[in-house]
Amino acid sequence: MPLTRRQMAVRAARSITAGAVAGTIWYQLLRSQATAHASMLRPPGALDEQDFLGRCIKCGNCVSDCPFDTLKLARLGRENTPGTPFYEARQEPCHMCTDIPCIKSCPTGALDPELQNINESKMGLAEINEETCLAYLGLRCEICYRVCPKIGKAVTLRYRSQERTGKHAFLEPVIHQDECTGCGMCEHACPTDEASVRVLPRSLVFGSFGRHYRLGWEDRGVITRDFEPGAGTPAAVPGSREKALNTLNRGGKLYD
Amino acid sequence: MTENNGNDVPREAPAKILWGMRYLLARRMTQIGILFLFSGALLWDWRVLRGNLSASWLFEAIPLADPFAVLQIFFAGQSLEGDVLWGVLIVILFYALVGGRVFCSWVCPMNMVTDLAAWTRRKLNIRSAYQLNRSLRWVAMFTALVLSGLTGVAAFEWISPVSGLHRELVFGLGIGWTAVFGIFLFDLLLVRHGWCGHLCPLGVFYSLLGVFRLPRIRFDADSCDQCGQCHRICPEPHVLNLSELRAAGRVNSRDCTNCLRCTTLCPQDSLALGLVNPLPDLQQIETKEVS
Repeated sequence: MPLTRRQMAVRAARSITAGAVAGTIWYQLLRSQATAHASMLRPPGALDEQDFLGRCIKCGNCVSDCPFDTLKLARLGRENTPGTPFYEARQEPCHMCTDIPCIKSCPTGALDPELQNINESKMGLAEINEETCLAYLGLRCEICYRVCPKIGKAVTLRYRSQERTGKHAFLEPVIHQDECTGCGMCEHACPTDEASVRVLPRSLVFGSFGRHYRLGWEDRGVITRDFEPGAGTPAAVPGSREKALNTLNRGGKLYD
Repeated sequence: MTENNGNDVPREAPAKILWGMRYLLARRMTQIGILFLFSGALLWDWRVLRGNLSASWLFEAIPLADPFAVLQIFFAGQSLEGDVLWGVLIVILFYALVGGRVFCSWVCPMNMVTDLAAWTRRKLNIRSAYQLNRSLRWVAMFTALVLSGLTGVAAFEWISPVSGLHRELVFGLGIGWTAVFGIFLFDLLLVRHGWCGHLCPLGVFYSLLGVFRLPRIRFDADSCDQCGQCHRICPEPHVLNLSELRAAGRVNSRDCTNCLRCTTLCPQDSLALGLVNPLPDLQQIETKEVS
């Protein structure tokens, strides 16, 4: 029997209502599961977190191709963003394979194939807790420095004299954020009970002092209004090495 | 082995029972075998199937990818290229030949869960508490695409119990099994064949791929005595509409999963698997409504 117009309208309304209710629940589920948390370390070459979540098809090929069993797939109810790859540096860091098999195995480009050199990867950024780091306490540790795959670049040792004793020295590890890949070798090797150096997603740690500061001892040029940090140091002008006050007292201009 | 038990009903020999279960056993072996091959890639470094049902490599050379997942990623605003598209093409071609919903009854791990629910329901004689419209899965499929566009992530992939169950079986357990158990209870107590037959957007997407499939259930109208056994066992009983079967001489509905239960069950052997040339039936299939 053909449906009357009224019955059809009721049916349509039911379907739309059911769809709307289910769709709302669905949407909320997605918001809770698939939004960027910046809480996980991603494999090398991973896109920005939200793009990564949109692209990752959760096939686990990067996990099965990881020769060191570093990568794992997040599990529902245990980790955020279930199904996506991540690693925990303290358990197993990224060993920075030079052929980057995880990127090669990614079918969707969630891990960017443009990344050819593993040393340029930016998986995370290490940060040191200076209160518990043995080197900062005065011991000669430097394990993180020695295990860093970019020793002398991503971690350097800073010499400082020990004023308490007057005859010892601190050799403090310092992380350099433009070089650190976030592989987590340092966190894995740190000998303190709880790691005193940790790798976190870059967005949580990365700092920037802004465009208007300049490191005068590096950018040794004339101070001009259109100074661009990072755009290359203006050619050093051999001009005045006078003290600023003298220059002003002579009637010199501020922006000479 | 055969003997009379006093009721003049000959008890079936084990060999015959096994023969009657041949397709069921074949399906279970395929489903479990696929899971096993995927797990082997992780556990023992096998190089047969690597990845999971969403995307994988076959023999390290042939890419495979779930076309619905990729479609959602497209809707989420990500442009894909390369191997994954070849993978989609290969999967589409394969299921276009053998039948889209062959995925459902031969590959999908959820099928074992919902089959178990259906089996238990039959044994315990549980009646459906609710009726759902089978077209709801179309709504689910389109909602998945719309939500993918709204949220920027593959909407069904992120909550799919299918890929969730598969992933957890291969890569380690989370609490995804609770969702799977929920679907088991839903199928067992609330709606008969509720998930696979009414709600799953993946299944309805795959049904679209099987419109031109070659293997179909042939129907012999002369020998059929309309006992209705096929109808009772079939997870998509509307595909066995008698008048349509008589007219076409075979099951043409794209909802048929080719699970082949009906062929072994039919006492008259009126239903059997056959290969057909799908082209003359195009019009018939396109005008047919999903009931």
